[in-house]
Amino acid sequence: MHLQLVFGSVEVGLIYALVALGVLISYRILDFPDMTADGSFPLGGAVCGLFLYLGHPPAAAMAWGALAGAGAGIITAWLYVGLGVSKLLSSIIAMLGLYSVNLRILGLAPFLAGESPRPAGSPNLPLLQVQDLFTPFIRSDFSNQCAVHCTFAGALLFLCWLALNCFLSTSMGLALRASGMNPKMASAQGIATGHMLVLGMAISNGLIALAGGFFVQTQGCVDISIGVGTVIAGLAAVIIGENIFRSDSIWIRSASVIFGSILYRLFVGFALGDGPLRHIGIGPEDLNLITAVLVVCALVLPQRARCWKRRKELRP
Amino acid sequence: MRSATRSLLGAIFLWGCASTGQGEGIPYVAITAISEHRAIDGTRRGVEDVLYEHGYAAGKTLKLRYQCAQGSYATAAQIAKTLAAERPSVIVAISTASAQTIAAAIRTVPIVFASVTDPVAARLVPNWSASGTNVTGVSDAVALEDQIAFLEKLRPGLRAVGLLYNPGEVNSTIALQEMARLLETRQVRLVPAPVQRAADIPLAVRGLKGRVDLIYTPTDNTIGSAYESLAKVADECQIPIITPDPELVPRGAAAALGASYYDLGRQVGEIVVRILEKESAGDIPPEVSDKIELVLNRKAARLQGLELSAELIDSADQVYGK
Repeated sequence: MHLQLVFGSVEVGLIYALVALGVLISYRILDFPDMTADGSFPLGGAVCGLFLYLGHPPAAAMAWGALAGAGAGIITAWLYVGLGVSKLLSSIIAMLGLYSVNLRILGLAPFLAGESPRPAGSPNLPLLQVQDLFTPFIRSDFSNQCAVHCTFAGALLFLCWLALNCFLSTSMGLALRASGMNPKMASAQGIATGHMLVLGMAISNGLIALAGGFFVQTQGCVDISIGVGTVIAGLAAVIIGENIFRSDSIWIRSASVIFGSILYRLFVGFALGDGPLRHIGIGPEDLNLITAVLVVCALVLPQRARCWKRRKELRP
Repeated sequence: MRSATRSLLGAIFLWGCASTGQGEGIPYVAITAISEHRAIDGTRRGVEDVLYEHGYAAGKTLKLRYQCAQGSYATAAQIAKTLAAERPSVIVAISTASAQTIAAAIRTVPIVFASVTDPVAARLVPNWSASGTNVTGVSDAVALEDQIAFLEKLRPGLRAVGLLYNPGEVNSTIALQEMARLLETRQVRLVPAPVQRAADIPLAVRGLKGRVDLIYTPTDNTIGSAYESLAKVADECQIPIITPDPELVPRGAAAALGASYYDLGRQVGEIVVRILEKESAGDIPPEVSDKIELVLNRKAARLQGLELSAELIDSADQVYGK
């Protein structure tokens, strides 16, 4: 694998690590199978793109995107807590609705900029000419683009990781974790589990939307289909990370999903590479299959290694 | 367990490293797309044929590589990084989002876009003249004025047109807006029928029954890939389907006026050859199709209740069915 491809994969891995943190909160901590991510990732991207397109500062645009994502999370949680729709169904409903909302937001940008007479929905918003977070730092031939993206993504991820863990260690954070782990016990202790669920889903989808806002700035466009497969990418990162580093500490668990996200992207990067795989007849159409096989290896190998180690110790 | 992870990572890295640095010295053309769809196949064939005719044989005097992100934008970002590192001689990017992703990551390698309807609205080029940057290409836009005149010729006294499209495809939404603007001045009603998945096509077509004189399908990949199922319902409901893509006529459209993805791909290939022969991408203005073909399907027209005049059949470039 080309060294720059490794950095490119790490960059995408760092951005999607934010998604993985969000998925960790919903699926693992709150025990909420949340499909909203497939809609809140492009929602964050669309809202961020809208503000960037209108010339707002990038940091503010990303913050608005994250807030919109948090709003989507609140709606999903409210469907479950307030209206009693089942967890999976309420998140699917939210994802479904967000598709149209995103089309509307993407179409709104050229309308507000005065380029289109009607606010008709649009599936694509170009960001090639806007001032984004990285514009002041990138050379005109793009030679340092990857380094700048990686630095910003790493810094943002570290801040989010730190803030998230600090929050989860406060009494409110502990109440939130208890509501997911054992809702009956938690409510018996006087915790408003419904409120905690709403808060947790807001944080989860806020993080995912923040990732969406960051991602679109590296992409040059917001497209309606950027959200496809967000949940799967996040879940893969969570499962790979948890499988490699087993721990009950929330600090280590959240760090391990970041590692899982980067590893997952390296697998994809490897499957993309111009390696010896091409010589044995494996083509571009086999990309997802190779990724799948590598993920299975990452899941099974550590277990096998533990097994062999134990057997070796048992042997006299 | 950590050592297992480390050795896995190491193996990946070494395996990859062993392969870099092959095929030096010959030109390298990379073709990339985000999701698998119909436009890619035709465009690829067109590009490859033209390159071959100009003496660039893939695998011998040319390194030709195709990469598709299989629908994932994260993977598309990684492909863009790979290409930024490999620095091919030319990159052909198929579809709007694919071209935007590549253009956002690469400034110093010529990029030729394909299957983009409006490159100016997509901010790929500032206007339709030579861009002066590293981006040029071929738009698949069709002259909608001519298309509407063609529809009126097929159905004299045209009152309502159904437009079947996927709201998630930017090429189609641009066609919809243009079409709505043009039809408004002619007192013809436009009935948009959005379809997100191929499975929704039958329902959308039945919803148009009795409300429209004919169905027009723009260059839409979702509709194009499920054209047989569309034709089946159109036959059943007796609504003629018209498209700008001649390749869809043998698959069930009654008539088409325009260029196929293969023809567009050939035009892309011509630009690629010019760049390989040391012309700068910034000096080549973006093009639209220079080939317009009239193709008819007599059997489909009969089933869909469309009468084709003898004069029209005589003027057609190709006629299918009896």
